[in-house]
Amino acid sequence: MSKFKKGDKKGMPGITTSSLSDIVFMLLFFFMVTTTMRETENKVVVKLPEATEVAKLERKDLTSYINIGTPVRHLQAQYGNEARIQLNDSFKTTDEIRDFIAAERDAMSEADRQFMTVAIRADENTRMGIITDVKQELRRCSALKIMYSARKSAK
Amino acid sequence: MARKTPEINSSSTADIAFLLLCYFLMTTTMNQDMGLQRRLPPMPDKNQKVEDQKVNRRNIIIVKINSADRLLAGNEPIHVSQLKDKIKEFLTNPANNPELPEKSEIDIEGYGPCMVSKGVISLQNDRGTSYQAYISVQNELVAAINELRDEWAMANYGSKYANLDEEKQNVVRKAIPQNISEAEPKDIAKK
Repeated sequence: MSKFKKGDKKGMPGITTSSLSDIVFMLLFFFMVTTTMRETENKVVVKLPEATEVAKLERKDLTSYINIGTPVRHLQAQYGNEARIQLNDSFKTTDEIRDFIAAERDAMSEADRQFMTVAIRADENTRMGIITDVKQELRRCSALKIMYSARKSAK
Repeated sequence: MARKTPEINSSSTADIAFLLLCYFLMTTTMNQDMGLQRRLPPMPDKNQKVEDQKVNRRNIIIVKINSADRLLAGNEPIHVSQLKDKIKEFLTNPANNPELPEKSEIDIEGYGPCMVSKGVISLQNDRGTSYQAYISVQNELVAAINELRDEWAMANYGSKYANLDEEKQNVVRKAIPQNISEAEPKDIAKK
């Protein structure tokens, strides 16, 4: 039994905190790498509709977003409060979707182009007329994989 | 050289790092985009003669949403909450009703012959339909098909569709296909 009482020290040895900073730094780097700052400014108000059967989007890098909704309040004086289409950072018309899709396609590698998805982020109060126009335009540019963005609601 | 250099007190680096960490924790957004995925039909070729794909009447159910977000499924007005059961009945046709879609035997790779419904859901909407109504109808359609897939997977593999492996999911997808046609927009003149 004397084996375990060799030192016969009194009191607990202090826990070394020198590795604590390393651990925290590691966490820090993780969050620094994963964080993405919002690239585009939302110019339209989008409150996504609710749905229960939503599926996750697999490849975020292969997704182009089309925002549809009414302009945000401080832009309403300039653009009115009719639903508008926002591509990247500006308001566009349906005819300009073609160029947008072409540009997005060019930015992708050859192999990834077939997996390109267009996410339609439309406000829940938008009328279907504008969305139908967008859909028809997408069909014309043969960007056929689409996703209707939605919020997951409780069942 | 006898003098020792005093060590820098490093006990505060943890605090600094924590502060930074908190900042990034707050600003980071791990929002995952969720939604209903669809494949649009390709645009019909202009040179190609428009030949109406003759689909047997019994094989098609037309779901219409009007500008007041009211729903019409198979010629009767219903509520969105009833749509799922209606679609399920339409796709399964348990009593082999001649009014409901016929089934054909298809040989599925990895499973064998299986009776697959030929039913197609055609979704039509007005330009004035609200997006929320449209999505909730789409959602009900997907829900109906997902439930059927779960039931089929449960009966044949004893597990839910989501828990199956890739190969079996493919089989289930073929056994219960998702035939939703988003119709060409029609100009319905207001009379």
